[in-house]
Amino acid sequence: MLTYTIRRLVLSIPTLLFISLGIFLLLELAPGDPMAQVPLTVPPEVKERMREALGLGEPTHVRFWKWLVQFFWIEPQVFIDHVLGTGFSEGKLRIISWQHRSPVMDVVVQRLPQTLWVVGTAYVVGVLIALPIGIYSAYRQYSIFDQAGTFITMIGYSIPPFFTGPLVIVVFSVQLGWFPFIYDTTHQVTDWDSFIVQLKQMIMPVMVLALQTTAQISRFMRASMLDNLNQDYVRTARAKGLSEAVVVMVHVLRNSMIPVVTVIALGMPAIFGGAIITEQVFSVNGIGAQLIGAIQANDLPTVHTITFIFAVLIVFANLTADILYGLLDPRIRYE
Amino acid sequence: MNETRAPQASSPSRSQWAEIWHQFKMHRGALLGAIIFVLIIGTVFIGPLLWTIDATYIDIRARNQSPGWTHPFGTDQLGRDTLARMMVGGQTSIAVGLTAMLLALSLGSVIGVLAGFFRRLDGPLMRLTDLFLSLPLLPLLLVMVLLFRESLSSIFGPESGIFILIVVAIGITSWMPTARIVRGDVLALKEREFVLAARSIGTTNLGLISRHILPNVLSPIMVSATLGIANAIITESALSFLGLGFPPDFPTWGRLLIDATVYLQDYPERVFWPGLAISLTVLSVNYLGDGLRDALDPRIRGR
Amino acid sequence: MNPKKIFAACALSLAIAPASAMAERGSDGQVNIIYWQAPSIMNPYLSGGTKELEAASLVIEPLARYDQDGNLTPWLAESVPTVANGGVSEDLMSITWKLKSGLLWSDGSPVTSTDVKFSWEYCTAEGGGCSQAEKYLDITDVETPDETTVVVRFAIPKPFPYNPFVGAQAPIIQKAQFENCMGAKAPECTDQNFYPIGTGPFAVTEFRPNDVITLEANDNYRDPSKPAFAKVLFKGGGDANAAARSVLETGEFDYAWNLQLAPDVLASMEAAGKGKVISAFGTSVERIMINFTDIDPALGDERGTIAHPHPFLTDINVRKALSMAIDRVLLTEIGYGPAGIPTCNVLPAPAIYASTANDACLTQDIAGANEILENAGWVKGADGVRAKDGVRLSILYQTSTNAVRQDYQALIKQWWSEIGVETELRNINASVFFGSDPGSPDTFQKFFADVEMYTNNFDGTDPESYMANWQCDQRPRPETQWQGNNMPRYCNDEYDKLSMSMASVGGLEERAAIARQLNDMLMQDYAMLPLTHRGRVAAHSNRLGGVVMNTWDSELWNVADWTRIE
Repeated sequence: MLTYTIRRLVLSIPTLLFISLGIFLLLELAPGDPMAQVPLTVPPEVKERMREALGLGEPTHVRFWKWLVQFFWIEPQVFIDHVLGTGFSEGKLRIISWQHRSPVMDVVVQRLPQTLWVVGTAYVVGVLIALPIGIYSAYRQYSIFDQAGTFITMIGYSIPPFFTGPLVIVVFSVQLGWFPFIYDTTHQVTDWDSFIVQLKQMIMPVMVLALQTTAQISRFMRASMLDNLNQDYVRTARAKGLSEAVVVMVHVLRNSMIPVVTVIALGMPAIFGGAIITEQVFSVNGIGAQLIGAIQANDLPTVHTITFIFAVLIVFANLTADILYGLLDPRIRYE
Repeated sequence: MNETRAPQASSPSRSQWAEIWHQFKMHRGALLGAIIFVLIIGTVFIGPLLWTIDATYIDIRARNQSPGWTHPFGTDQLGRDTLARMMVGGQTSIAVGLTAMLLALSLGSVIGVLAGFFRRLDGPLMRLTDLFLSLPLLPLLLVMVLLFRESLSSIFGPESGIFILIVVAIGITSWMPTARIVRGDVLALKEREFVLAARSIGTTNLGLISRHILPNVLSPIMVSATLGIANAIITESALSFLGLGFPPDFPTWGRLLIDATVYLQDYPERVFWPGLAISLTVLSVNYLGDGLRDALDPRIRGR
Repeated sequence: MNPKKIFAACALSLAIAPASAMAERGSDGQVNIIYWQAPSIMNPYLSGGTKELEAASLVIEPLARYDQDGNLTPWLAESVPTVANGGVSEDLMSITWKLKSGLLWSDGSPVTSTDVKFSWEYCTAEGGGCSQAEKYLDITDVETPDETTVVVRFAIPKPFPYNPFVGAQAPIIQKAQFENCMGAKAPECTDQNFYPIGTGPFAVTEFRPNDVITLEANDNYRDPSKPAFAKVLFKGGGDANAAARSVLETGEFDYAWNLQLAPDVLASMEAAGKGKVISAFGTSVERIMINFTDIDPALGDERGTIAHPHPFLTDINVRKALSMAIDRVLLTEIGYGPAGIPTCNVLPAPAIYASTANDACLTQDIAGANEILENAGWVKGADGVRAKDGVRLSILYQTSTNAVRQDYQALIKQWWSEIGVETELRNINASVFFGSDPGSPDTFQKFFADVEMYTNNFDGTDPESYMANWQCDQRPRPETQWQGNNMPRYCNDEYDKLSMSMASVGGLEERAAIARQLNDMLMQDYAMLPLTHRGRVAAHSNRLGGVVMNTWDSELWNVADWTRIE
């Protein structure tokens, strides 16, 4: 297992380099113009000079190389400087956004809190609700609980956040006036009262996002449990006289976790990537909003950097899932 | 199941299918799902022959009408008949939803099974999956539209061209979770006793996959299928909304839902119809899938 | 076109501004402003986007601004120089500005003429990519004879010398702060670009790009009793719907910008009673551009160039019929409500420039359009589409993705079908459509469609450069990497000559006459079909006083006068 992990870790370096090249070429090929949002009143010659100032005149491979150096050499130095107070990165050019002309990583760091607060909480809440629902639905297949669960989760999944978002706003903000719906990113949690304020502004986006997660994961949990509940080993375990709780929660659950672990792992990087539509509906301005804004403004350095961080998280989340498979089911062997 | 049926089994495959059908019929949810699904498809495809108002016809004097005799589902902000738009929109949404889901599912299952079953393919295929998971969706779609729209339109005509483009776009951007899930299950399955037993009696790889592996990963595939349809219908609307899909006057359910969201407070019935249609379709497919899985599972069959 | 309506709208916005009692600086607490497209930088010279211009206008200011009626108002300058008061030289080659005395930057240092001169140097520095370079065109030198006097010298006579240092686009920045940020180094100066030192009523305390800006009252602001608010929270993000709702329905915010929403949606939100919707009209016109060139893909590189005239849109009868079939009044009512006025002119404002010669187009005339086509030999085929010599009237109609535009498309398609013209609709993502990527076939400049629809306007009040957009050499073509503003590829010698003559005519009346004539030429040639004169729409809370909507400059131009009404 250890050798497998190490081999995969080593292998992930060329993989990531390849992915980064893939993303870069894709962005190069995609139609778009960083000047698209500049008003039409600005004449074309001026726009051309603005493009040159962004470094767009340089050939593709030069720009890719610059990005690689900045991402893998200069940005880590900035991080070290920040932690240790050293001065390695002074005077070196970091990855600069085309929109706001400041380092991309600074904005990513700036936006992590609201992303983790809202999207992260929603994911945790969603998973925590989904697992018991899935387990109980399978254990009592076709009971009223199961039917109701299926009904609600499937409707929840078929109705997208661009609709549920405004719906909860109309109900809870406009009609009832319980919660604010414009997320205040400058709010600091310092004591109990400010925590309550934070909770109030989080509750609606978390609700909308958790609905999707719950629906998805509880379906996979239920299906996988159903597969296992009829296996011979379950009958054996019961015959041995093990209590029902032990049979279900230990034996069946453990064997049912493989697809669920996969789905949960696939969703983890998405926490960082944010939730584009929900963030927009509630003006959360997390990393998802940053990414979509950058795509619309054709801010390639930002898009490339964020998608690449995203790719790193995907590769490691999937690696974690693969290692977990081995722990859940020792029969799975990797060489 | 254990009854003495064996003597009649001169054509064993047929009796197996009959058995499956019998089991399927017994599953109330599945039957109900099937009926609703057929009803929806029937309404959407035959309905426009009976309800002959043109879905794109603008009757400006009749705009923003509530449901009534002339317009059973009401009209939109330009006076187009919502019932007609729901039916025409359903044709596209269901067609896109089903085909895109099938494409994603088959791609995902094939890649997942191959990666899980053949150790040598595992690395490359899963790294490919990682790559596809990392590619940003919107630029990818922009590139696809840029590269293929003109050529597809000239070969298949504008509407079928865009249909193919959208289905492929959704298909190749949503197969990855299925592949990862199927692979995970296959990894565990292929070490199980019955697989080892089958292998020891000389079953070929193909036989192993089709007879022993595939039937056992059916349930996550079914779940992916139901979730996939909902996803495809919504993604299509997002694509068209961004101007990467069907022409703007081409109604689809997702599109109707997006357009109606702004009018949530003033005309709530307008979001109701497309929301209901999408949910009903997804629910019916979900129950259908449940029944199908139970029917195909010999352990559950006859329980 | 009815110019009275513009005045009515302006007067209306004036009436909303009450003369509130003189308050103390910072006595009214915090004002919350929401811009659903969030500003990404506070330096308008590096962005050019409207949202950045407006955010920056809270902090940095020009020598003179346009007021709500489009009149020049002295801002940092003592008065507006004219030929009459001797501020503009007789030969129109120089203009002399005089700064108000005692002006201070927010850091306490004095504002001098060298700062003004520096703003010009900063924007014209090589490699800086200044987005407002056009404003400083043809300047040979900026002289600073003393601390408060600035003389701008031009290379050619400038009948309209009010481009440099005027309006939200060309504010004055502090030399001491930006000295080391010239040219290629401009983008690297993150601190300067996020926290500019200004003369305006507020100073930035925290800037988070594309998210939120917090500002506080400038201690050194020239009027000691202003601004009434101590703090500004300038929130970005979300969408127009949420922004409108937060002001009109929940009252979380005091001011929301650019609310392009269906008129009935806005009206029902306003009915909640927490705020008001305001609008005012500038020069924005939603128009359909007609393509005079053939866009057949088979033409390869010569696609969309004047070497190949369009098969049927070069027939003026067809263009005229297309225009007559459109009901502009209905379109505007559905799409914009009170925030739009149906128009037949591509140059609808200021009032002095607005022609009245084309107003007949306001009445839809399907029968007349059919008759014109019939007489011109376009005969309806079995499928209901007119054709002549094997050429069918089949049109590809493209625009950017936007709910109102898609409603316009659907309506116009139906009207055109009634005169036997078949229409295929296409909507394109705005970032691709308005981008100028020469590799993309879907840009509005390449215009690989028969007609396209979008809105354009011009800065300030002088239409000279705007009307020059339709000179023949402005047409986008492969040799210019498809850059240029003459989308229809309109080529008319007479138009070119008349348009160029504007550069040497000084009198306002004469210039207006030429502009009207240019507008009429375009209209009567049906090179483009103007549809709606669009206003800017904003909303403010009932608890916010002093808002005066201004489309000629930043909407936040008089933020120093805003107050809290309880």
